[in-house]
Amino acid sequence: MATTPEVQDHKAHRGFRGNTRKVSQHVNQNEGLIFEKSSPGKKAYRLSEMDVPAVDTAKELGSAYREDLGLMPEVSEIEIIRHFTRLSTWNYAIDLGMYPLGSCTMKYNSRVNEFVSRIEGIAEAHPYQPEKLSQGALQIMRDLQQCLIEITGMDAITLQPAAGAHGEFTGILLVRAYHESKGNPRHKVLIPDSAHGTNPATAAICGYQVENLKSNASGMVDIEALARQVTEDTAALMLTNPSTIGVFEAEIHKIAEILHAKGALLYMDGANMNALVGKTRPGDFGVDVMHLNLHKTFSTPHGGGGPGSGPVACKKILEPFLPVPLVIEKPGGQLGLSFDRPHTVGRVRSWVGNFGMFVRALAYILANGPDGLRQTTEDAVLNANYVRKKLEGHYELPYKTASMHEVVFSDKIQTRKGVKTGDIAKRLIDYGFHPYTVSFPLIVPGALMIEPTESESKEELDLFIEAMQQIAREVEENAEFVLQAPHSTRVDRMDEVAAARKPVLRWRPE
Amino acid sequence: MRYLPKSPADREAMLADIGVAGVDELFACVPEEYRLTRDLKVPRQHAESEIIEYFRKAADKNANGYASFLGAGAYRHYKPVVIDALVQRGEFLTSYTPYQPEITQGTLQAIFEFQTMICELTGMDLANASMYDGSTGAAESVMMAVRVTGRTHAVVASTVHPEYREVLQTYAQHQGLTKELVGYGKDGRVDLAALDKVVTDQTACVLIQSPNFLGLIEDVAAVAEIAHKKGALLIVSIAEAISLGVVKPPVEADIVSMEAQSFGVALSYGGPYCGVIATKEKYMRQMPGRLAGETKDKSGRRGFVLTLSTREQHIRREKATSNICTNQALVALMATIFLTVYGKQGLKELAEQNLAKARYLASQLKKAGAKLPFEKTPWFHEFVVETAEPVAIVNEQLLEKKIIGGLELGKWYPELKHAALWCVTEQNTRTQMDAAAPVVASAKSANSEKVLAGA
Repeated sequence: MATTPEVQDHKAHRGFRGNTRKVSQHVNQNEGLIFEKSSPGKKAYRLSEMDVPAVDTAKELGSAYREDLGLMPEVSEIEIIRHFTRLSTWNYAIDLGMYPLGSCTMKYNSRVNEFVSRIEGIAEAHPYQPEKLSQGALQIMRDLQQCLIEITGMDAITLQPAAGAHGEFTGILLVRAYHESKGNPRHKVLIPDSAHGTNPATAAICGYQVENLKSNASGMVDIEALARQVTEDTAALMLTNPSTIGVFEAEIHKIAEILHAKGALLYMDGANMNALVGKTRPGDFGVDVMHLNLHKTFSTPHGGGGPGSGPVACKKILEPFLPVPLVIEKPGGQLGLSFDRPHTVGRVRSWVGNFGMFVRALAYILANGPDGLRQTTEDAVLNANYVRKKLEGHYELPYKTASMHEVVFSDKIQTRKGVKTGDIAKRLIDYGFHPYTVSFPLIVPGALMIEPTESESKEELDLFIEAMQQIAREVEENAEFVLQAPHSTRVDRMDEVAAARKPVLRWRPE
Repeated sequence: MRYLPKSPADREAMLADIGVAGVDELFACVPEEYRLTRDLKVPRQHAESEIIEYFRKAADKNANGYASFLGAGAYRHYKPVVIDALVQRGEFLTSYTPYQPEITQGTLQAIFEFQTMICELTGMDLANASMYDGSTGAAESVMMAVRVTGRTHAVVASTVHPEYREVLQTYAQHQGLTKELVGYGKDGRVDLAALDKVVTDQTACVLIQSPNFLGLIEDVAAVAEIAHKKGALLIVSIAEAISLGVVKPPVEADIVSMEAQSFGVALSYGGPYCGVIATKEKYMRQMPGRLAGETKDKSGRRGFVLTLSTREQHIRREKATSNICTNQALVALMATIFLTVYGKQGLKELAEQNLAKARYLASQLKKAGAKLPFEKTPWFHEFVVETAEPVAIVNEQLLEKKIIGGLELGKWYPELKHAALWCVTEQNTRTQMDAAAPVVASAKSANSEKVLAGA
């Protein structure tokens, strides 16, 4: 508690002597760390009655016995409920309003997804329980796989990767195994300068050199440069389509042809699949392997940074290399897990992956059906184009190419007043919105990357647009006010430099 | 479609504002030959009640109403209801990675508390915000040791979870890492003499698990001494985190890689779980994954931010410590809440109950004629049981009594004949154990009667 400054609210407590402990502008009480509420003897548990003889644990474990659990907290149940409830109220969330983080696809996470993932036979299924007692789990996986294969237009799939970057890793391992089967793993992976940081990081851990591919004046792949750069030593191009500026690679078929002519493969980062579902299929436009983010396109919740799930779909030529195990149908119709895959790249995670996310993604697909999935994509693209139309002129639009599910502006107009994209983002918080993605992609200096998703009503979009327009005016009239934003949050801008210079990564008693 | 918040009139008005005649004009950028002009072949739109019906039917085809003695990296512990009540709050559930600290202090403070608790439990100086799971955490720990030491040889105990070892193999295959497997001795723990022979001044790290896959507590200090005298790091993987309630933390380790599923996380057929890496302060900058740190805002108020991100892929790109981006934040929150519910005393009592119940089943199985090959070695709540008959036969007969027996080990440890790994948690009752033991005893043919009589 000692680190929180105490203030006196004179108006509200006229005549009140002494300091109040409530220091926040926030409607709730302030809240310290759970350790600061701890005192010996408080408890929030009661174990069930022991029905077997007690054991002398210290004697059983000998020198391996642990005496003490240090600073682990001791608190009661009501304190736990209040602690985490108060913390939760300091978060912004999709459930509170528009969350237009470009590239993150912050769409509505429906509650039926959560409900079905908690059905006992699903939530309590042990990954080693006998196959004949896991038929429901395997069926869920099989059904989801079939849907995802149809949606992507690919031939085969693994659900094992735990997140998008993990899917990239798996996909590039498939690429490498494929080339190795042809006698040469090759050395280079081409990555556009507009790509997510995970792409080059992934290529590196798969043993590839990263070669940068410059975007052309439209923010798209420069076809001529690509033709020059692709050689017999190129393993693959990792392409995000639509790109991180929300633009569909119009010459995608040429890109695929150039790669395939040299024996290289086309990897698609599926981060932006929310622009494509039901309208076009990567498998049809020449992609050889791709990952999906179930936590983006298929509405599994982001949960403050995870869990995700990153299935990898591929063409027939890569199928032999997929990780183990795979779901198979056995003679007689029973489902099973197959480990007998001599060319596999191996296992990328324990068991079958983030199964709970498969359940949620399948629930999402069932809720939508083919018509709902298509309408979802159309609405996502409609929303982005609506925002684009209404904000163009207020903010610089560096690429005039048609937008799909997201639109990227720059802070070029506002920097004349010394206001940058990060400042505009902070001011947006005061208007009740989560900021857009700041300073990404790297090909746009001072980028404002806006992805509304399909989950926003026209009313919400209009409020967002008004806020953005208002901020643009504020920059002209009172730039300093924007530079000091946010003004309405429980805490102000944080000293991130100090945090990194002298890291404090855990609590210690004073 | 019920998730979409627009009326047909809204859509018309918006299209008119944009200046297009129809939505398909917005897809004109997709070359015509690649446009999908038919419906996707996926199931038709379902009502909410129909969705629940689909999953209820699927759930009915899984194990329901069975007593289970499975563990082996996925543990059946009771989950206090407050965990789910809290993590289902939309502010936690539907928030993104806390890159905007002013409006994500809830998530950030919870991560900071998680990191602190993991440090307390493991005896390490710092812990990250989570990894995908125990298997990928172990693999990333090995790659971290490679960066720290500049060496490329890893020694791995055969008693590390077999699936963790498989994942390590997948991660290591293109990073120039060589590996050596070290077996276990008569006591079921790392063979120290063999380890001493294979650890050299080229060894980046020794990876062990404790309690190991056979349920036995390793002599961490002895392994550390062998690793450290050659300048190698010691990585200790912990698959059963509840053990830390009664088992000394592996303070001699340089890196601890933990699976936190036991802390209130549903089994969910294998995931999502929650890996976490903890280490000594001096290795901080080689740590993969997100870290939350304490700082102050410009008015001097305490707050939390993601920090040291120059290690990470979004800044460092191909030179990052890992490609990890999305982690297991909500699962780490479940673990954090679990740890506050049990706390300093409860975690100890819970671990003691697990240990005592496991002792009871072990004694009953022994009475029933099974052999416990490693019973003299310190163990927590899992143990190897050898039967006269093949495990498949024993387990089949147990299933008839609605009991799921131990996990057959022959697939990974062929030398352990007719052996299974049994796990007892606080969820197992004496009644269940009393029901299992006689089945194990009676699961024998005339032939095996003789074997037992002769033994």
